[in-house]
Amino acid sequence: MNLALKDIQHNLGRFSLTAIGIGMLLMIVMGMGGIYRGIVEDATLLVDRVDADLWVVQRETRGPFAELSRVPPSLVHRVAAVPGVQSSREFVYHTIQRERDGQPLRMAILGLDWPIDRGEWLPLSAGRPIAQGHYEMVADQSLGLRLGDQIVLGKDSYTVVGITESMISASGDGIAAFSIDDAQAVQFDTPGEAIRLERAAREARGESFELTVRQPDVLENVWKPTAELPAVARPQISAVLVKLSPASSLADIKDIIAGWGDVSVFTQEGQRELLLRGTVDRARRQIGLFRVLLTVIAAIIMALILYTLTLDKIHSIALLKLIGASNAVILGMILQQALILGCVGYAIAYLAGHQVFPVFPRRVILATGDLIQLGIVVIAISIASSFLGIWKALKVSPNEALT
Amino acid sequence: MTESQGREIAISAMDLTKRYGSGNTEVLAMRNVSMTIHSAEVVALLGPSGSGKSTFLTAVGLINPPTSGSISIRGQKVLDGESALVNLRSFRRRHIGFIFQKSNLIPFLTAIENVQVAMQLNGQAARVSRQRALELMDYLGIADRASNLPAMLSGGQQQRVAVARALANHPSVILADEPTAALDGHRGRQVMELFAKVAREQGAAVIVVTHDHRALDVFDTIYEMEDGVITKPTHSRSAVSGSSD
Ligand SMILES: Nc1ncnc2c1ncn2[C@@H]1O[C@H](COP(=O)(O)OP(=O)(O)O)[C@@H](O)[C@H]1O
Ligand SMILES: [Mg+2]
Repeated sequence: MNLALKDIQHNLGRFSLTAIGIGMLLMIVMGMGGIYRGIVEDATLLVDRVDADLWVVQRETRGPFAELSRVPPSLVHRVAAVPGVQSSREFVYHTIQRERDGQPLRMAILGLDWPIDRGEWLPLSAGRPIAQGHYEMVADQSLGLRLGDQIVLGKDSYTVVGITESMISASGDGIAAFSIDDAQAVQFDTPGEAIRLERAAREARGESFELTVRQPDVLENVWKPTAELPAVARPQISAVLVKLSPASSLADIKDIIAGWGDVSVFTQEGQRELLLRGTVDRARRQIGLFRVLLTVIAAIIMALILYTLTLDKIHSIALLKLIGASNAVILGMILQQALILGCVGYAIAYLAGHQVFPVFPRRVILATGDLIQLGIVVIAISIASSFLGIWKALKVSPNEALT
Repeated sequence: MTESQGREIAISAMDLTKRYGSGNTEVLAMRNVSMTIHSAEVVALLGPSGSGKSTFLTAVGLINPPTSGSISIRGQKVLDGESALVNLRSFRRRHIGFIFQKSNLIPFLTAIENVQVAMQLNGQAARVSRQRALELMDYLGIADRASNLPAMLSGGQQQRVAVARALANHPSVILADEPTAALDGHRGRQVMELFAKVAREQGAAVIVVTHDHRALDVFDTIYEMEDGVITKPTHSRSAVSGSSD
């Protein structure tokens, strides 16, 4: 016969309500840890998935995720020429917010260096990677788009050909992958009126150039789309991704590229660091403080409940002492109740969390390590919270059973 | 007295004095009380309310140590004034069975568990303790209430559960403070006879505080207490018949 369990059975209503309350608190503690893990995972997910050895970005920037980075597309060729570089490709990345069916649609746009990169590395849950250089997109399921959906961005309409799972930007927006040309078209989409005005301005400028005076045919070029103008550079890209050949040294090549005056270069680990040390770090501390507070509150509630449970059976405790129960028996009873309360609360937190967390807008990742850590914390606060009750119980004199 | 000779002394209380409170509120509940009780002796303690009977019983029961005086149980000195010479709790667990005025059961345990818990504290296996608890409860006529919580039992039934618990560990000293107050005459007498039987069979020393004069014939010795002092040891029929053997 276990005295702790018998008493719990006798006070089942109160005990269950307390356990549920503690469970809910622990669920929030658990969830906040999971949200932090989610943020970290989301922040670094793209960097990890893209899997480049080096990221070449605009000089002195911490791009392309932590801030804006602009590099010329020709940088790809410059980088490719460095000995030891196996391949280099363009990387375009920016976030847009548009409307769709009256709802805001925020998406992070990722440009794939078609046709070298068709997005085979994307974690597809349905559909296929991009199969043509234009008008196709692979969307994350968090964007709420379905296979075959058409969405209009800028002047063109794009068809969803693939759906990914958990491709989220550092700020929590779903990622949509396009070919780089499309990604840039979306980004640098200019309204017709702006283009007409720009052409008129070009014409006006062109008329005063010596070249156009001597060769009036050149003026016709101003009517062409910007992208077809031979003299006008292509839109800039966000970064260049570098894959090294197996034998080459990461540090050496990084040094070579870092020596160029117009770019900065980061390793994959460096990119992760940039993301984690920035906004994520503040979120981590914020969430960490909340977790500590909630854990303390849970401990206080447990201590109070265990204390009142002990007060309620102070007569029984005195009687047990009277008939010869040792302090170990009494202490064990209260400690067991504390641990049972903690464990049941933890189980409720875990089970309820698994139901609730998936409907959260951002990812909640319950990592095994975090769960074990919280479990240890729960055991610790269970033990600590039983001290008040144990202290009270040990003070009781067996005489009190007679009054 | 002759009958007691040659028998082991179970309880020896020497010069017990108990003072409650201090100054103006001081109460001298017990004054220089001495008593020697042998194994298998069944003793009644009579006296008006407030005369110090419970104070004496709880002192001998090692629950409420006297202000001065000493107590030996089975030849071992256990209390010298307020200072304990042994681990009182484990001594109580192994040697003393208590029954109190108010039934004193643990509300979250069933009747049989209330009996078993005393044996469990003494390291008895659950199966053995269950068997013994059932036997005792059967004898006391409450076996059919074994799985009821105390709140569902009548006062008399609760008291009988408490009696079963007190006897569970085969104690060498049984202390009962008005155990039959909540019982009818028949049950009351049955409990007293049970004490006498346990005393004979186990050689236990029994002290019963009682007001029930109908059952006095089961006692070997009768003491009366008044104003904190033991006034008159008398010997009842059985003791007298014992000495005539
Ligand atoms: N805990 C206590 N504190 C103060 N006085 C007490 C206490 N217990 C008993 N008394 C006093 O001691 C005297 C003897 O009490 P008690 O032993 O209970 O007598 P009885 O059991 O014969 O009725 C009474 O005057 C009572 O008021
Ligand atoms: Mg009394």
